[in-house]
Amino acid sequence: MKLLTGNDLATGDVTWWTGSGWSRHVEDAADVGADGEAIARAEEGARRVNVPYVIDAAATPDGPRPAHIKDRIRALGPTVRPDLTLKPADPQAGSWVI
Amino acid sequence: MYRYDHYDQSIVDARVDEFRDQVTRRLSGQLTEDQFKPIRLMNGLYLQLHAYMLRVAIPYGTLDSRQMRMLGSIARDHDRGYGHFTTRQNLQFNWIKLEETPDILAKLATVEMHAIQTSGNCIRNISSDQFAGAAADEVADPRPWAELIRQWSTFHPEFSYLPRKFKIAVIAADEDRAAMRLHDIGIQLVERDGLLGARIYVGGGMGRTPMIAPLIRDFVAADDLMSYLEAALRVYNRYGRRDNIYKARIKILVHEIGADAYRAQVEEEFAAVKQLGLDPPAAELARITAMFAAPPFDPAAPAEIDRTDPDFALWLDQNVRAHKAPGYSIVTISLKPVGGIPGDATADQIDLVADLAERHSFDELRVTHAQNLVLPHVRTSDLHAIWQQLADAGLAEPNLDLATDIIACPGLDYCSLANARSIPLAQKLSERLAPVQHNLGELKMKISGCINACGHHHAGHIGILGVDKKGTENYQLSFGGSGAEDVSLAKITGPGFDEDGVVDAVERATDTYRTLREPGERFLDTYRRVGMQPFKEAIYG
Repeated sequence: MKLLTGNDLATGDVTWWTGSGWSRHVEDAADVGADGEAIARAEEGARRVNVPYVIDAAATPDGPRPAHIKDRIRALGPTVRPDLTLKPADPQAGSWVI
Repeated sequence: MYRYDHYDQSIVDARVDEFRDQVTRRLSGQLTEDQFKPIRLMNGLYLQLHAYMLRVAIPYGTLDSRQMRMLGSIARDHDRGYGHFTTRQNLQFNWIKLEETPDILAKLATVEMHAIQTSGNCIRNISSDQFAGAAADEVADPRPWAELIRQWSTFHPEFSYLPRKFKIAVIAADEDRAAMRLHDIGIQLVERDGLLGARIYVGGGMGRTPMIAPLIRDFVAADDLMSYLEAALRVYNRYGRRDNIYKARIKILVHEIGADAYRAQVEEEFAAVKQLGLDPPAAELARITAMFAAPPFDPAAPAEIDRTDPDFALWLDQNVRAHKAPGYSIVTISLKPVGGIPGDATADQIDLVADLAERHSFDELRVTHAQNLVLPHVRTSDLHAIWQQLADAGLAEPNLDLATDIIACPGLDYCSLANARSIPLAQKLSERLAPVQHNLGELKMKISGCINACGHHHAGHIGILGVDKKGTENYQLSFGGSGAEDVSLAKITGPGFDEDGVVDAVERATDTYRTLREPGERFLDTYRRVGMQPFKEAIYG
């Protein structure tokens, strides 16, 4: 599957295209298929996202899992600061990255 | 310390106002990201993996308690309660919002700070010896010259769009504590026949093509230094490879045309530039130099110290160095707790160090390129009280220059350029080697998460480079580098390892060193004496 991701223009937060808007949680990300570039252009033009790009991901029972470790770290947060990730209460969250 | 005059303050304030307007236009859509990106980078604002990152300049690594407290305040109010001290003696905030950046820069401006020259193809923030003004072995305080170069280079119209970024270091001692010859220009102040001048090295650097800067001029009189630098930059600006980013640094130019040809070009240019009157009037140099006058040291300060507490004695031996003034000491505060994140400091720790600097170090502190902090002018009789406060705050690790005093870039946990994580590896190595580090002696370990080498792996006694191997992290191990006066570039041992594998390999290498070393040898000395082979056999079997 293909995901569209970028950063929020004003805050810099990592965001994922959900099919109708943007979410900070990769679990909400939608498969953009071949439409990613077109959505990216429109959304960037509307300043709803900054520097969007399309990535490969795998569909899993827990939701989309980006193919590359860099995007998995973007999705969760720094592996060395679990307290600053999106899942600070989940001690196993880091294993999803690796 | 240098204090801004009206011109300095006006320049910084005007830049804040300008950037505030640019941010407003970006947020409203009047500027695209393509238009805005070079502007934000010129103000130290990067877009990293999780957020914007603001790199704050700390000129030649020197700051006072007021500035340090402002960094702590920004960490608390605009970031997530911490900052990261870098290998360029700067500080990075990792969780910055674009919409708040103008306010942050405005706050920095109130304490004579900014983020100018921390990105882009300009002359970057000048680095220097963290012991400047305190070390007994320097011929002069290098900071007035570093400050002069800062003023000369800031918004220099000719050098704001160089072929590539440009890094300058200034030192004034034979012991190189600033990796001087691994800079685009390395300047060593020297004295000759009673005259102050500089030895000039050009064309060093790390990155994908590491090079040690060759000596380009053995002596430039201090009065001619700025003209000579102008000439050195002009030749680079004219001939540097703007067509290929990988060949655009001055080290490539000097290497390709040769040091002799480069030197000849600079000499020709210098002869012309010298006529332009670019060197500062004596009064201006005197104005700057006066601000770096030695603090009023107490000549009666006692030198005796009670070493009965073994933990305190260990810290004294490892983290405290002799000062040029009797009864005073230089304290290095390690930002490398065992298993911690190299270079990170919480807002509370930043505030504590500011308090200690104000009370015990004539209101001065320094940042080192090894990502530690320094209280440069401490009464020896105050050391025990300082150590106790540092220990309470987790800042008294007695490991300066030992195996756990690891330099590591932010790596793939934060950096959009990185190929592999650096910090978790540093943490694992730190925990593995902590029990034996004092037995190992000086061992400088440096880890980079990509070929750009922000973690200085080429200069590590043990250097590690993280690479992307078919989507997984892999680590290349190298031995024999040094950023000190015995400068050398590390050599790769062989095939790379995964994270656990490289930790095991480093441990086997240090075990081998302990077997082979002769009295007084560091890891680096043993490696240089016996060569790579015994280590390769230990690592690869």
